[in-house]
Amino acid sequence: MAPVRGDGMRGLAVFISDIRNCKSKEAEVKRINKELANIRSKFKGDKTLDGYQKKKYVCKLLFIFLLGHDIDFGHMEAVNLLSSNKYSEKQIGYLFISVLVNTNSDLISLIIQSIKNDLQSRNPIHVNLALQCIANIGSRDMAESFSNEIPKLLVSGDTMDVVKQSAALCLLRLFRSSPEIIPGGEWTSRIIHLLNDQHMGVVTAATSLIDALVKKNPEEYKGCVTLAVSRLSRIVTASYTDLQDYTYYFVPAPWLSVKLLRLLQNYNPVTEEPGVRARLNETLETILNKAQEPPKSKKVQHSNAKNAVLFEAINLIIHSDSEPNLLVRACNQLGQFLSNRETNLRYLALESMCHLATSEFSHEEVKKHQEVVILSMKMEKDVSVRQQAVDLLYAMCDRGNAEEIVQEMLNYLETADYSIREEMVLKVAILAEKYATDYTWYVDVILNLIRIAGDYVSEEVWYRVIQIVINHEEVQGYAAKTVFEALQAPACHENMVKVGGYILGEFGNLIAGDSRSAPLVQFKLLHSKYHLCSPMTRALLLSTYIKFINLFPEIRTNIQEVFRQHSNLRSADAELQQRASEYLQLSIVASTDVLATVLEEMPSFPERESSILNVLKKKKPGRVPENEIRESKSPAPSSVTQNSHSNHKFPLRTTNNANADLLGLSTPPSNNISAGGGALIDVLGDIYGAGGAVNNIKKFLFKNNGVLFENDILQIGVKSEFRKNMGRIGLFYGNKTQNPLTEFTPSLIWPADQEQKLSILLEGVEPRLEAGAQIQQMIAAEAFEDYCDSPSIDLSFKYNGTQQKINIKLPFTLNKFFEPTEMNAEQFFARWKNLGSEQQRAQRVFKAQTPMDLAGAANKLSGFGIQLLENVDPNPDNMVCAGIINTIRVQVGCLMRLEPNKQAEMFRLTIRSSKESVTKEICDMLVDQF
Amino acid sequence: MMLFMLLFSRQGKLRLQKWYVAHPDKLKKKITRELVTTILARKPKMCSFLEWKECKIVYKRYASLYFCCAIEQNDNELLTLEIIHRYVELLDKYFGSVCELDIIFNFEKAYFILDELLIGGEMQETSKKNVLKAIASQDLLQEDEAVEGALTDIGLI
Repeated sequence: MAPVRGDGMRGLAVFISDIRNCKSKEAEVKRINKELANIRSKFKGDKTLDGYQKKKYVCKLLFIFLLGHDIDFGHMEAVNLLSSNKYSEKQIGYLFISVLVNTNSDLISLIIQSIKNDLQSRNPIHVNLALQCIANIGSRDMAESFSNEIPKLLVSGDTMDVVKQSAALCLLRLFRSSPEIIPGGEWTSRIIHLLNDQHMGVVTAATSLIDALVKKNPEEYKGCVTLAVSRLSRIVTASYTDLQDYTYYFVPAPWLSVKLLRLLQNYNPVTEEPGVRARLNETLETILNKAQEPPKSKKVQHSNAKNAVLFEAINLIIHSDSEPNLLVRACNQLGQFLSNRETNLRYLALESMCHLATSEFSHEEVKKHQEVVILSMKMEKDVSVRQQAVDLLYAMCDRGNAEEIVQEMLNYLETADYSIREEMVLKVAILAEKYATDYTWYVDVILNLIRIAGDYVSEEVWYRVIQIVINHEEVQGYAAKTVFEALQAPACHENMVKVGGYILGEFGNLIAGDSRSAPLVQFKLLHSKYHLCSPMTRALLLSTYIKFINLFPEIRTNIQEVFRQHSNLRSADAELQQRASEYLQLSIVASTDVLATVLEEMPSFPERESSILNVLKKKKPGRVPENEIRESKSPAPSSVTQNSHSNHKFPLRTTNNANADLLGLSTPPSNNISAGGGALIDVLGDIYGAGGAVNNIKKFLFKNNGVLFENDILQIGVKSEFRKNMGRIGLFYGNKTQNPLTEFTPSLIWPADQEQKLSILLEGVEPRLEAGAQIQQMIAAEAFEDYCDSPSIDLSFKYNGTQQKINIKLPFTLNKFFEPTEMNAEQFFARWKNLGSEQQRAQRVFKAQTPMDLAGAANKLSGFGIQLLENVDPNPDNMVCAGIINTIRVQVGCLMRLEPNKQAEMFRLTIRSSKESVTKEICDMLVDQF
Repeated sequence: MMLFMLLFSRQGKLRLQKWYVAHPDKLKKKITRELVTTILARKPKMCSFLEWKECKIVYKRYASLYFCCAIEQNDNELLTLEIIHRYVELLDKYFGSVCELDIIFNFEKAYFILDELLIGGEMQETSKKNVLKAIASQDLLQEDEAVEGALTDIGLI
């Protein structure tokens, strides 16, 4: 260890040695606590410490902090050091502050004052210390305090170069925290002209600043392009001796070159001026030429610096995407790197080539390297390099090489790293779909995916294959045959069972002619997997079985047997039990015609953008390599246009029906499927989603507040109050997801003739519902006369880009306008007799919900809004009620009697009112509710 | 722009940390822990770059010390390796065959040298000569002060 110049601090060195000599973590902590106590007492003590001691203790605290311990004192002492007139003390003070002080510290005003003093210093070393501190912690406070001084320092002729350099980067830091501090006007040109400064260090620092300013305001700083091009050109053509110490391992000014190349990438096209453009192209060519020259040194630093400039030049070429000649040269250069010894270069070359693959000029060139890239995917030792190779293969894939690339990716998938499998599966699925010329190939690929990497095949992937098979008649028989064969493997993935179950349920008949795949064989094959599957898959299989009854009446008894087995308690899952018993009943009760209608083949799915692509985009935001050739900005003729675009076998059309591909297979985001599939959808409708939402409306007959609707995305709560003929509901929409819901529009569904009877006023809501947020919507109602049914709301919104639609009934049922009426037995029975005509009374008998709950029934009736009358009916079990429905035009008196029959577990419900329509409506509401 | 630079030993001990973005201490510790583990697990021949969260990591090992930088997506990886190398050269020149112990015992110097090379995550001065000159004049100033202090102490001025 060499002796260090400057003044060492012996106490600090001793302390550090002590720490290093500690044998255990405990000993270290003990030593540190001792030291902290010592420093604390020194700082608190009566004796005033001299600057050296303060510096030493502050430095010790810093060391303790860097070891990972918390430091909660000493800040004040550090700030004191700033105003010391000794540089060494000042410097330690600044270091402590830059490491340990937060921008919102209450010491910040003291710090700012010290910095101000140091900026005024005549010693540039002091000024630099202050500038570095601002650049280290640059807060908004600092931006305000120094927005005048620093720009002046930067452009003033008197400022020394070292100070200018610091000032440029200091200003950059302040600009990042407060963009408004940059002065405009004449400053713009003065700042730009720093690119011409004689001092390379100043130019380097200034280029970083200008790059940030250009990003904010490209027009204003446009003048920098010409200067940057000419500076770059001078550097690139300079001999390495010209730039003296700014040459790095024989490469002239690599940092400045890279910065200038980055700066130019802010403009597209880089320049309109032919002269500048020519000079730039010439410079880029020079850089490409130099890459071919023999290296001037064997050191890796030389090649790194040289290639850093080369890669940045290639980035600019790709960014401009207008010079076919340069693009092709860039591609060849990168191709050479693919077999370079240096892993770093291979990694970067693969990455850069991804971008070249999406340019129409270089796409064909990139394809020439396909063999090497496939080898990289298979042979590279480093998974991150293999990942780059996969990305590149994905990007370079087109109709011409799709079959080969997909096959190679499938082969590799068998041994691929777990960390990249899921993404590879998505990529294979997308490529297979996009470039399928015949669908048998597509079906093969996807089934292979499931076979090889079943665990990584997400729902979206297998939904998609089913969609495509259903939509393309020519492949249905093949799909049924292939999936049937795949299912014969002794161990096959559950996803295969799902796809198999679905496809055979729809198209099993197409292969039933072959005795090897006769109906019973198909059924037995599927059922042999049943017990190994999750409830979700079992539910799907049960649906397949009922479809089989329609397709193959001859195996009806076998299937009914299975349904029977699972329709009772032995089937632990309530949903499966219910499904089995319903399907069993359906198969017994329904005639062949009805069965055929209910179980008709699935209708085609609406064509839409592949949902898989979205999954990939979500997985890697901002970094998905494209598999889409860009349209070039240059008018130059292209020889490869047949490769670009129009590769979509499936027209990209989004439909409103977001649930379409999820029909009956998934946990749909909304369980209120509005698609026009009718009965079939309901039969297959998924029950593992948040069910029961629609039925909640029934509960609101008896209560005014609660959750009206809930699914994975949305919860809708209700608070309501009613007085006489008026009512008011507050709907509370709560977004349960991590994403905002947009275009959120509730619209009222209430026919005009009904509106005459019950008028509804809907308050507007914000169209955007933020993640986790809740908004409220008030709805007011006024009853003019009695009415049936209740209004509903069609709620539409976009979630993750897909349109969702939910229909919810509003709890504005007629009973809400009940006014409870007290009366005694005599009054009650007198009126009861008066309302005896055929039109005035309605009676229904229904089975009680088991177990029969009389107290619960009484509660419900009170909640219903009608008065429960005590001691009126001679039979104490009977419940009698009275109420008046208040509307503006009519008042309808209403009597009710509910008679339980405990033995039979039945209820008899009688409603009598002065108006037939009301009698009927109230009776319909209450039937089956107890 | 460089987001931060970490120096840590083969045993995973942090020797220097420089943050150019403001993070709470807790997050800094978490990031450091994760990165140290990730990088120490990598084999020698592996590539020096990795994708990590929203940024890119560039690292290189010199003797027993790992130098690890986080840069933004658009930054140049190869040149970041050379920033590391330039810093190592500067340390080497200043301490004379720098070793881990130099950085432990003179961590403040290591910081001062870094501040002359990079400011706010951007390269300030790429010339080795100029950086060393700046550090030398800092040291000179300190020595003058020390001499002056000693003279004051013995009552000569």
